[in-house]
Amino acid sequence: MSGKIFRSAVLLFAAHSAFASETERLELKDPYFGEALYYAHQGEYFDAISRLDTELKQYYGVDEPQLDSLYFHINEAEFSVGDFELSYRMHRRAGRAIQAVIEGNVAPAVRNEAIFRLARIYFQKEQNVNALHTIERIEGDIPPHLVTEVAFLKGQIYMVNGKFAEAENIFQSLEGAKSHEGFAVYNLGISRLAQEKEEAGVLSLAKAGQISSNDRAVLAIKDKANLTLGSRLLEKGELQAAKQYLERVRLDGPFSNRALLGLGWADVKTENYERALVPWTILAKRNVTDQSVQEAMLGVPYSYGKLGLYGKSALNYGRALDAIGTELDKLDTSINSIKDGKFLKALVREEIKQDRNWVIKLRELEDSPETYYLMSLMASHDFQSSLQNYFDLEQLRKRLESWDEYYHSFEDIIALRRQYYEPLLPSIDDQFRKLDSVIRLRLEQRDRLNTRLQSMLVSPRPDFLATAEERIAGEAITRLVKRIGKESLRANPDVAYRINRLNGYLHWNIHTEYDERFTQAFDNLYALDEDIARLKEIYASFVRTRQAATQSYQGYDEQIRRLRIKTRNAISKVETLMARQGHMLEVMAVNQLVQRRQRLESSQVKARFAMAESYDRATTSQAPAAETQAQDEKSPAAAVDENVPGANAPTLEDGTEETESQGQSEQ
Amino acid sequence: MMCFYCTIRTQRKVFIYMSRFFRGFSLLVLFAVTTISMGEEVSKEQIKGLDEQVQDIKKDVLGISAELNMLEEKLLYPSNTQISLFVAMSEKDKFRLDSVEIELDGKSVAHHIYSFKELEALQAGGMQRIYTGNVRTGEHQLKVGFIGKSIAGNEHRKFENYTFKKGAGPGLIEIRLAGPGVNTKSIQFKDW
Repeated sequence: MSGKIFRSAVLLFAAHSAFASETERLELKDPYFGEALYYAHQGEYFDAISRLDTELKQYYGVDEPQLDSLYFHINEAEFSVGDFELSYRMHRRAGRAIQAVIEGNVAPAVRNEAIFRLARIYFQKEQNVNALHTIERIEGDIPPHLVTEVAFLKGQIYMVNGKFAEAENIFQSLEGAKSHEGFAVYNLGISRLAQEKEEAGVLSLAKAGQISSNDRAVLAIKDKANLTLGSRLLEKGELQAAKQYLERVRLDGPFSNRALLGLGWADVKTENYERALVPWTILAKRNVTDQSVQEAMLGVPYSYGKLGLYGKSALNYGRALDAIGTELDKLDTSINSIKDGKFLKALVREEIKQDRNWVIKLRELEDSPETYYLMSLMASHDFQSSLQNYFDLEQLRKRLESWDEYYHSFEDIIALRRQYYEPLLPSIDDQFRKLDSVIRLRLEQRDRLNTRLQSMLVSPRPDFLATAEERIAGEAITRLVKRIGKESLRANPDVAYRINRLNGYLHWNIHTEYDERFTQAFDNLYALDEDIARLKEIYASFVRTRQAATQSYQGYDEQIRRLRIKTRNAISKVETLMARQGHMLEVMAVNQLVQRRQRLESSQVKARFAMAESYDRATTSQAPAAETQAQDEKSPAAAVDENVPGANAPTLEDGTEETESQGQSEQ
Repeated sequence: MMCFYCTIRTQRKVFIYMSRFFRGFSLLVLFAVTTISMGEEVSKEQIKGLDEQVQDIKKDVLGISAELNMLEEKLLYPSNTQISLFVAMSEKDKFRLDSVEIELDGKSVAHHIYSFKELEALQAGGMQRIYTGNVRTGEHQLKVGFIGKSIAGNEHRKFENYTFKKGAGPGLIEIRLAGPGVNTKSIQFKDW
């Protein structure tokens, strides 16, 4: 029993501390990773994994991953994808992903975090030995935010492996930890009780049962501690102490029905039937599909009978019979409805899932009697995981069907683009080729100029920087000298003087202005470079746009064809699995309901007899008191029984005899 | 452990039946964790086998999804024109965001009303990709407005303009919203 109690407490804690602790306070440097977290925080794990898978594929596909923004989150991303897969009930894949991190060349803190997560997967999958071997591999640095988490998980794993002494040590060290408030103390109590340290265990559970908190999960574990302690003491016959703990269980908490039932029994055990009526009357008015409520509905008339109020007892048995009859009808309708396939249809109704408490809402669905007993069905792990699988498959089916439509749209887009670009591109390419040759020529010219200027830094060439006018003038002088002839110039010294003067003027200007012209030439080159940079930008932009135009309609056919085949195959597989999973759920549900029906039928028969007996007694009690007195005198043994406390209380050992003697005394 | 609804041996002995009835109504049964026993038709192995097949199909569909994401991005939002807008909220900001409206170059491109789940996801550090589209390289105008309620219940309404330059690569703009209680600007932009 402690194992079951412990396991349910574990689940309660798991819900309480789900992956938020690992992803909170993370400074985001990659918006797409943030987008994956956005889906994960909403419980949309398919979208979260899909987003992160895409990012990881792209990250590992680039040449320089250190330039990708996911680089800053790569460890978290690898972990998170494992976490999300675990939440999406893909335990096998999640385990492999985390195992890969452990075996990689990573820092001890990262490795330990991965081991912790892997151990948690094994623990949640109830692979307790694997979980133990894994958690014991943790050594060295542990990330600060995981120190208490690791210790708590280790304690839990020790408990499920029967190592209660080790678990006790761990939970003792966690007693003050705020993050595990209530849960550590509760587990400490269970560990101690398992080692037969009765007194210490009871003290710990009592402590867990007095924690004050506003947290719903902590309040639930507080109730559970009180209920566990109360029922344990009740079993041992310590009735007053048991009542003290059972009374601490909140009336609106998840354990209140069982606590109320226990409280009634504690009073019945002390033959205080009047007091037993108080909790049982409250309980009997609650949802009749709950087993504790059904038991209280029979407990109330039983107590009235014990108080001698046979008429009231008979009336209450009648009410219980009516309720049982109604429930049997509901069960019949439910079973037939499930067999007609309506159960599965009700489960996938969209409007139900808009509410966080959709499971409870299912009971209130009109025209869906098959869902009345779903709450108790949901208590089974197998049923719950099968049901979740069914939901997941339904979600996959819807996605795949919508994707199948996407491919048509993609093909339409591609066809339109092809239709638009194909006639335009040849003339654009032709123009581009012409422009491209001009651009290349200009770039070569610029490079030549640059080379010449660089060489002039070493060996100055003022003539290279002569202006166009100076060149024309120089050429004109040369032509003039040629025309006059050297002999004539020698004969006309005036003409020779004038020509020399003109040459001198040109030479003077070219040489004296050389430095200034050289600086200007470099300025001009820099200005040219700016224009060339702009030209290159436009050129690159054009090339990109040109490539994008082609890429917008070429090279998709094969990919789309492959994806379409994959999608259709997946649809077919999903439909087959849904049929199988649905059938399995129906069988499980029908089995459960049939079982409930058999129990109710059995109690119906007994209640009928009890009601008949109550009517008999009511009739008998109306006989004259003297006659009763005379009967009592004839049966002294019975009178003794009535005066001995507990003699009429139902017991496991001698119930038959007790009832028989009771019967004799009352007749 | 006895069952509450133990078998009736004979209908004649009413009191004996009653005794067994209440004998079964024992504390052990009352406080044991209720478990649903499975029908014979469904074995643990069958459940496990089917569960593994479901996990396999999930893996296949996730593979298709990732491939489809990349195809969609390449086909519909090529990197040279792609622009994505992300909405985030400041840490520990408990103000109730109701809706966000975004205009890009004077055209309304996104309007979103937030559910509680979405708001909680933003407050927990998630980032919502509110819009993905295509724009030319160069400067663009973004106008963002949001409506919400402060913790005190007062309406909080803000608008902000932002100019960004779209380069050759994909454009990513973060729009960080803050309520009145936070000591930062109500709308902050970050060009990634």
